[in-house]
Formats: sequence, C-alpha cells, structure tokens
Amino acid sequence: MLEIKNLHVKLEDEDKQILKGVNLTVEAGKVHAIMGPNGSGKSTLSYVLSGRDGYEVTDGEATLDGADLLDLEPEERAAAGLFLAFQYPVEIPGVGNLTFLRTAVNAQRKARGEEELSSADFLKVVRERAKTLKIDADMLKRPVNVGFSGGEKKRNEILQMAMLEPKMCILDETDSGLDVDAMKLVSEGVNALRSEGRSFLVITHYQRLLDHIKPDVVHIMANGRIIKTGGPELALEVENNGYADLLAEVE
Amino acid sequence: MALPKIKADATDARLAALTLPDGAGWATEARQSALSRVAAMGLPIKRDEYWRYTDPTSLTSIEAPDAAVFESDEAPVFNDLDRLKIVFVDGVFDAEASDDLSLDGVEIERLSDAMGRDIHWAKDLYGVLETRGQTPVQRPLAALNTAFATDGIVIRVTKEVSKPINLTYLHKDVSSDAILHHVVKVEEGASVTLLENGPAAARFNKVLEVEVADKASFHHVRAQGRDHERRAVTGIFTRLGTESAFKSFTLTVNGVLTRNETVIELTGDDAIAHVAGACVGDGRDFLHDDTVFITHDAERCESRQVFKKVLHNGATGVFQGKILVKEGAQKTDGYQISQGLLLDDDSNFLAKPELEIYADDVACSHGSTCGALDDTALYYLRSRGVPKGEATDMLTLAFLAEALQEIENEEIADELGQRLEQWLGRRR
Repeated sequence: MLEIKNLHVKLEDEDKQILKGVNLTVEAGKVHAIMGPNGSGKSTLSYVLSGRDGYEVTDGEATLDGADLLDLEPEERAAAGLFLAFQYPVEIPGVGNLTFLRTAVNAQRKARGEEELSSADFLKVVRERAKTLKIDADMLKRPVNVGFSGGEKKRNEILQMAMLEPKMCILDETDSGLDVDAMKLVSEGVNALRSEGRSFLVITHYQRLLDHIKPDVVHIMANGRIIKTGGPELALEVENNGYADLLAEVE
Repeated sequence: MALPKIKADATDARLAALTLPDGAGWATEARQSALSRVAAMGLPIKRDEYWRYTDPTSLTSIEAPDAAVFESDEAPVFNDLDRLKIVFVDGVFDAEASDDLSLDGVEIERLSDAMGRDIHWAKDLYGVLETRGQTPVQRPLAALNTAFATDGIVIRVTKEVSKPINLTYLHKDVSSDAILHHVVKVEEGASVTLLENGPAAARFNKVLEVEVADKASFHHVRAQGRDHERRAVTGIFTRLGTESAFKSFTLTVNGVLTRNETVIELTGDDAIAHVAGACVGDGRDFLHDDTVFITHDAERCESRQVFKKVLHNGATGVFQGKILVKEGAQKTDGYQISQGLLLDDDSNFLAKPELEIYADDVACSHGSTCGALDDTALYYLRSRGVPKGEATDMLTLAFLAEALQEIENEEIADELGQRLEQWLGRRR
C-alpha cells in the first residue's frame, strides 16, 4: 500500500535536514504506529506525504499503490486515497462544515471519474456517519472547526475520513488534546473504518491510544529515522522505559 | 478662493461641452444652482485629498472612454425575483422594457415628468441632499450630476411596499455617457427595497438622494454590471429620521473604474445606517473605490460599514470611510471594517479609515486589514481533495461572506452568493 524508501527531507527555507532516510512499508489492511520523542520528524513525515508546502525532498521516494506520491498535488494525493487527520485541524471561518464535506467528497469522486453524490444522498450518508461520532446537526452547520472544542475538532477529522473513505489514513497525534472519553469515541470511529483494503499509520506519543487502536506493527522514530520496528509490545516497552534505552541502543 | 489653474481649465472645458437640459419648471433653478456649485468647487483632480488614490481624469474628461459591451448568456441579476422593473438603456428610460409604474403604496414618476410639475416633495429633495453632502468634503461630480442629469426616477413611498423596485441599467452603446439622478422619499413608517443592477453605460454618473422619514426604512441592494471597461461614479445621499433604518449593499465584479460614494446623515435619534460592499477586481486597470461619510447628529444612532475587496492580477481597491460624531450625538454606536484580500503580490488595497468624534459618550470602532489567503487553510482544503482553484474560491467567498451577510433579504443574499460563486468559477 504505502511504501517509503530512503526518504530525506529538509526545510525549504532553512538548511535543516529533518528526515534522514526513512524506510517504511505499510501493507494493505494493516495498522502501523509510529512513536518517537519530540522533534524526531513524525509530523514532518505526515506533512510531506500529504503535500504540505515548506519541505524539500532531497532524496528517496514515497508511493501509494505504486503511484509516486511526491509528484502529486495535495488534492491528487487525496484523490489517490491518502488522508491525513491533522494534529491541529484548521479553522476556516465562512465555510460551512457541510459545504466543505460535500465539496471534498464530490471533488474526489470527480477526480476519480465517478459520479458526484446528489445533495440528498450526501446528506443521508453524512448524517448517519456523524451520528456514530456524536456530531450533531449544529456542528455540521457551523463553519469548519470554528469554535469547536479540541475533541470536536478531532471527531470532525474522523468524520471527514469516514466520508472520504481513503485507503491510506495517517493519524497525526489524533489523541493530543483528548480526554479519555473523547479518545474512546475517536478510536471507535477509527476502528469502525478498519478493513482489509484500508491501512493506517498512527502517529502518537503515547501508548494509551494504541490500547484503543491496536497496531499490527510499531515503529520508533528518532532523529529523522526509524530506529526500531516491532510488534505492539514495543509500544509498551516505550511506555515503561521511555526512549532513552532505545536511543542508546542505536548509538 | 480661486481654483488652481489646472482645475479651473479642466472644469471650464468640461462645462463648455455640456448644456443644461431644457424642461424648465422648478428644476431649472436647482440645475443652475448645482452648476454654480460645480464652477465654484471645480471638478476633481488627483491632487485632491479624497481623490489621491483614484485618478478622476476619465470621469471628468469631455468624452467618455469607450467600453465594450459585455456579452453574457446568463440571466440578469434579480431576474427571478418578484419585483417592479424599471429599465434604462444607456441612461435613457425604456418604457416598453419596464413594468407599469404603479405599485400599491408608491408613487413613481420619471424625473423629466416630475420636473414639469409642482411636486413639492421631489422639489424639496432634488439636489438638496446632494448640497448638504458637499460639506465638509466636496463632491463636485455629484453636483455636476444634479445640474446635467438627463433622466431618472422619483419615488415616494407611503406604505410598506410589497415588492422591491428594481432599476435595471442596460449598456448597449460602447461610447454612452449617462447621467441619472433619482430621488426617493420614504414617508413616516413606510418601507421599500430598491434594487439596482447593470453597468448602465460606458461611463455612468449616478446620484441617488434618499430621505428616510421617522420610523421608515429603506433597503438598497445593487449589483454593478460586469462589463470590464465600464466606468462609474455614484453618489448616495441620505438623511435619516428618528428610528429609521437605511441599509445598503453593493456587489461589484469587474468594471475598470468604480467610485461609490455614500453620504449618510443620521439626524433623528435611534436611527440605523448600514452600508456594505463586496468587490472582486481583476487586472492592473481595475480600480474600485468606496468612499463613505457618515455623520451622527442625533442620539443613540447606530452606523455600520463593512467592506470587503478581493483583488487579483494587479487590481486596486480603495476604501475611504469616515465616521463623524457631532457634539451631542451621545450613545453613538459606530463600527467600520474594511478588508482587502490580495490574491497576488501585484494587487493593492488602499484604506483611509477616519473617525472624528465630538461627543464624549460613544462607542466607535474601526479596523482595516489587508492580507493574502491563509496558506494553511488552503492546504487543509486541498488535502481533502478540493483542487486549488476551487479551494481558493471557497476561501474567497468565505472572505466576502461577512459583507454579503449584511443583506437582510435572504433570497437576494443567496442569489448574489450563488452568482459570485459562478463568476469566480468562470475565471478559473
């Protein structure tokens, strides 16, 4: 599904190398988690994959089902099936949440040569999916993320994911700013989307999210590289011992 | 005081090329008095304080510069509304294209007819509000209009009118030079909505004088035509009575030069004046100027100015807005916001917000901002699959939404919102 080879990335405006050779393969239907200390390059990896400005790929490649992601515009990557749930979802005053969702869904369908959803069909689906995430009609009507609480913003991200039905989902610290109940709700939303054809890359600082979203593979990232890969037990090890041992091991 | 030679010469040349329309009656005196005001003030030049951002040369020149007629296959704005339609073609009333000028609660007459008779309310307003609006800032092109207006409409409203009156200005002649002058009197407790749409002419000078009596309300929505090369200078002069309301919104897309002046006097207590505008400008030659002057001369009045301009490919947007709170106008609530959205590095937004306050118990706020599209928001939309052009339009419409929200009639607001979306889409 997602294949990242020897990815090197620096900041566009600064001579600062962030990713220094990331190798990662996420197979179809699998959940991979990336953990790592602050500044290890986790968020940068998610931004680079989704096509945010400000980064320069100096070496390596990233493909989604064989398609070269790095060559595509952000909207083309989305249409190809990539989705990033933002750590800090963006507030967009003046754009209604529903309008935004419908525009996004139909833009992707159009890009893939599929028929656009009618208003009625769209509303039916969105109401049903919003309900399971406890997103009420008011939240759907309000401008995108404006005045949403931290939990509401994250639930709104998962709603977008549910509507866009991507095949590769990247969750960037989706647990940050969430209380226990909200984390459970968000995790349930994610788990409901797990399927054979859909993969997840879950970026997190804490093991607790992985109690809810059970990963198949856990990677530890540090200093722009993946330094260790293992099963779910690796996350527990980090939770108990911190990163220091792992970092020392590598050096 | 003698005028500077350059101004005096330009004014003389312009006036020499014009003749006062015939048709005597009370109007002759009003026109002659306006003519002497123009001669005394002189026509504007770029050196004048309130024309420093907008070069008036093409508005004062003897010949109107040509403007190609915009070919469009879309239905005119407001076409689907139930309204009373009054049509002007290149500044000339077109009776055939217009509806019958009868509507319950309204007297409507063509200006030339009204001028031939002793209609005291029209006589008491024509050029009168314009004259009041000449101080403290001179508006010579409005006086020129009062002197030389060739057509127009006078409207007296005595009730709450059931449907809007729509002045539609068609442009068919590439070199037309139109001067229209309308007078509206909304009597006590009455209310009316006036709609205006269309480019009117290659060059259009229009004055609208509106007297809003106590407890009366006047709503105004206009969509200035999309002809790329048209030029317009418009002036709204209004005086508001106790507990009255005046709300005006203007949408401008295209047009090479537009100067919209709005001069509002709040003379009765507890009156409300809102004036708003949304503008989308494209190209180095595009200049759009909103110049607003609101005088608070009574207690507890509210005024609100909301102007948004989207500027692209070297376009220029100008905002000059003033709130003057006179001594004794206590509890005034004045608000003013002007914002420019620059879609590239070549465009300009020039703003001059002014407050002048002589009362000590007032709340007046003003803000002016200018910036680019939010990159993060753009990336967020694109990361959801919305193509860049469409995402840019969404954010542009979101920016303009605050001004469109000033339109009270939802049906009209929706129509203009949809039009804007279409027009932006066509540019892509």
